[in-house]
Amino acid sequence: MRHKLALSTLLSVFWLINSGHYTPLILFFMVVSTAFVLWLCHKMNIIDDEAQPLQLTFTIPGYWVWLIKEVVVANIAVARCVWQGRASISPSVFPVKANQKSDIGKVIYANSITLTPGTVSIDFKDDEITVHALTSDSAADLQSGEMDRRVCRVEG
Amino acid sequence: MELVLDIISWLFLLTGSFFCLTGAVGLLRFPDFFSRIHAASLTDTLGAGLILTGLMIQAGWGLVLPKLLLILLFSFLAGTTASHAMAKAALKSGLKPLVVNKEEKQSGEKPSKS
Repeated sequence: MRHKLALSTLLSVFWLINSGHYTPLILFFMVVSTAFVLWLCHKMNIIDDEAQPLQLTFTIPGYWVWLIKEVVVANIAVARCVWQGRASISPSVFPVKANQKSDIGKVIYANSITLTPGTVSIDFKDDEITVHALTSDSAADLQSGEMDRRVCRVEG
Repeated sequence: MELVLDIISWLFLLTGSFFCLTGAVGLLRFPDFFSRIHAASLTDTLGAGLILTGLMIQAGWGLVLPKLLLILLFSFLAGTTASHAMAKAALKSGLKPLVVNKEEKQSGEKPSKS
């Protein structure tokens, strides 16, 4: 029930933002289409903790702030490598362990690795992510395991 | 006040453009597919992020602001997913990443395509 409420609120807000027309007829269409999508999701059986991760609501904003800071720092480092040329990069491939309990936690971790320039997750088996890193610095950053710990904390 | 906002937003737009340009240069400069992904992610993250932030300041309070935020959110999510899908597909089809050993830097080994 909680998930259905959250999903319909999200869909309505999405509609309201994208529409900009608030006449009764258009608002009626909003209700109809929201109900239709809700019914479809119900039929597809995807209304659960994975599609609407409500359990992350309060823990993820702090993680986002930290992640944005990391992304900015990594961007500057990679931009420096670009202008310094080929000699400044030392690509490496290595596995890192994802210690998250849930699938969604692992996905957040793998996606965060890819979002940060300098590291890309190229393969994922069970709880081991294969990472391609551009420089030894970006590899060392990831291997320190801070991101892993923070995602674990987001999971709660 | 308007002038200050204009200056701030232009700073964001110009820095964003610089990162987009850097991403493009990196795409041409880096030696193999996997390192080029890193360059492309420059354009994806700070490039797009800073330009959209600049546009948000230009737009001011209104319906355009949340729309720009949604574009930012979707480009972050879609960009990472696409990068991962491409990298995984390349790995699965046999493209070996070019790896430089610390002892013998610049080994000159070309990535093999099969």
